[in-house]
Amino acid sequence: MANKPSRQTDPLIGQDSWNIQLDSNGRLKHFLTIEGLGSQIVTEILDTAESFANVNEQRMKKVPLLRGKTIVNLFFEASTRTRTTFELAAKRLSADILNINISTSATSKGESLLDTLQNLQAMLCDMFIVRHCDSGAAHFIAGNVAPHVSVINAGDGRHAHPTQAMLDMFTIRRNKGHDFGRLRVAIVGDILHSRVARSQIHALNTLNTGDVRVIAPKTLLPTDIEDMGVTVFNDLQTGIRDADVVIMLRLQKERMQGALLPSEHEYYSLYGLTEERLSAAKADAIVMHPGPINRGVEIESRVADGDRSVILDQVTYGISVRMAVMSMVLGRQPEPNESGAN
Amino acid sequence: MERLLVSNGLILDPVTQSVRTSSIYIADGKISAIDYQPDGFQADQTIDASGLIVSAGLVDLCARLREPGHEFKADIGSETRAAAASGITTLCCPPDTDPVIDEPAVVELIHRKAAKAASTLVLTLGALTDGLKGQLLSQMSALQAAGCVGISNGRNPVPNTLILRRAYAYAANCGLTVFIEPDDHWLSAGGCAHDGPVATRLGLQGIAVSAETVAISRALELILETGVKAHFGRLSSAHGVELIRRAKERGMDITADVAAHQLFLNEMDIGSFNSMCHVLPPLRSQRDMEALRQGLKEGVIDAVCSDHQPHDPDAKQAPFASTEPGISALETLLPLTLRLVDHQVVPTFSALSLISSRPAEILGINAGVLAVNRPADLCVYAPEQEWQLDPAAMLSRGKNTPFAGWHFSGKVRHTIIGGQVVYCT
Repeated sequence: MANKPSRQTDPLIGQDSWNIQLDSNGRLKHFLTIEGLGSQIVTEILDTAESFANVNEQRMKKVPLLRGKTIVNLFFEASTRTRTTFELAAKRLSADILNINISTSATSKGESLLDTLQNLQAMLCDMFIVRHCDSGAAHFIAGNVAPHVSVINAGDGRHAHPTQAMLDMFTIRRNKGHDFGRLRVAIVGDILHSRVARSQIHALNTLNTGDVRVIAPKTLLPTDIEDMGVTVFNDLQTGIRDADVVIMLRLQKERMQGALLPSEHEYYSLYGLTEERLSAAKADAIVMHPGPINRGVEIESRVADGDRSVILDQVTYGISVRMAVMSMVLGRQPEPNESGAN
Repeated sequence: MERLLVSNGLILDPVTQSVRTSSIYIADGKISAIDYQPDGFQADQTIDASGLIVSAGLVDLCARLREPGHEFKADIGSETRAAAASGITTLCCPPDTDPVIDEPAVVELIHRKAAKAASTLVLTLGALTDGLKGQLLSQMSALQAAGCVGISNGRNPVPNTLILRRAYAYAANCGLTVFIEPDDHWLSAGGCAHDGPVATRLGLQGIAVSAETVAISRALELILETGVKAHFGRLSSAHGVELIRRAKERGMDITADVAAHQLFLNEMDIGSFNSMCHVLPPLRSQRDMEALRQGLKEGVIDAVCSDHQPHDPDAKQAPFASTEPGISALETLLPLTLRLVDHQVVPTFSALSLISSRPAEILGINAGVLAVNRPADLCVYAPEQEWQLDPAAMLSRGKNTPFAGWHFSGKVRHTIIGGQVVYCT
């Protein structure tokens, strides 16, 4: 590969934080957000995941790609599904993986995020997989780790959850083919608080999806969401008409407290996905959900368990997609400035 | 007392809108003559100001010095030295220190430390309510007697509108100006960026423009009823400017200021989570920024201030929302204001009055004017001198600036307060 000269930066202005995810050859060094990655890398992730999906379907599910690498699952926020699929993905790539759950109490003891990070870095690992309740936490960590350490964002605040969005794209591609241009995708629910929705919107637009829609009550829509390249609907019936893909989002119970919604019951009556409502979408529409699902709150059991639901496939594909991202990030040729690796 | 001659400088006087090469004769802390040497004047010290602009010393309406209470961030000595090196001869410190400025003893402590530092003059605003808690009236008269030039609740809420009305009425009774930082606490709580496309994209909790306009509207009605003299500080939005414009058109005796950074940065500068751009009120849209500039041009906004908030490095080392808001801004007040001239927002005269005579009038102090018998507070700067802002070279202990690497022209060479040279390069 041709060596691109690294960009000259003014030392006083510092590095361009937009490009923090890419090394000077334009390869994925960290995976923090889908925004700004470009369709080439996004497609490469999907293609790589496709090859790992074949590995995962074999009896011997392990490849030696990341043997000798140490990966740390650094979760500041509770998670079961995401953490375990990352763990499984790392193990199938033969990496050593360490799970560290740092409850919020650790930081309330006075240790700053930076201190926590430096302590863990002293353990000489190659990758942090980070989940944190603050938007921008993964960027912050990536900006402060040693040069040889890579960071994967496993969800930061309301900002991004890029591996989830990639597994969703993978699921769509497996079901609907490679041409996203002819697809209408509707994302339904609490867009305001959803990092998943934001990453899905970036991914869908990067893949040139024909029509990306968000459907939510006004209290659960962030200001100027249209600027991210979506059409906004407040009514579920109109919004999912002729959709090829319907993505439901989880509604957190605490949303009633902030006066965002009157009740779960009223939410379900307006935005819950029932068989009847789904009939407005295309006959072959697929139904997705990042989980965990609230039956009877955002989705009817008949739909969640129905033949158009691909919710469990999403979980399975999550492993292949995470293997793809990990192998791309850690399989790079390290650059001279990343020396000092263990 | 020492006699000082500032010779052959380019004298810019925004009040008389005059510019000429001349000399200023200073004795007993006052300007004793301009242009003509008074009889028997023998200078003890002469500053050759050839090629330099001589203006009234700058007056900063809002600078936090972090003392008492947050000396790990900065202190009166460090920050007044930074101010003096930036041409600022008087600055006004809001009441949200720790302890809060709601006791004459705190006022005295600050004034004593400032006198000892012997750099920039420090004024104080007293708390509007006891402990800034918004529940009980502060001892406004005692605070005034101790030297507070005005009264303010900062960004701390006064939830009960009746209490706010009574506080304004009582301030009016004392003849104190109320300094309002318009913010509806419930609309802004938890927010860290303008409620717009950038906050939405980055997943940051937004602060809607209504947080500012609801607070301005509420205050305006109470000002009308109580007749208190009021100043609105740190406007951030086009709608906020519009409310002030209409109130002024109705004949209300109010004034307003904007922080210099609001005129050069907007929500886009947050980029991907640049914590140096975490400020309150937040950096808003390009449109809001243009409206603030237009407000200055039309005189709806009367003054520019630094809104200086120095921080220790750790305060900005965290994910965006968890960082502390504020910019270390003393050292960019003059260069940014001068840049408004380059951007043709205001002519040089007006630019300087925005940071000298106008804020002095708002504070009701005898400062900010170059005239005979006025205090000899001067800022002497090299208008063409180019420099690049390097945080490490800043004199403030807070290095938290979003302007690192910016190129500026206009560098302070001498600062004179009461006839004493407090800064000189």
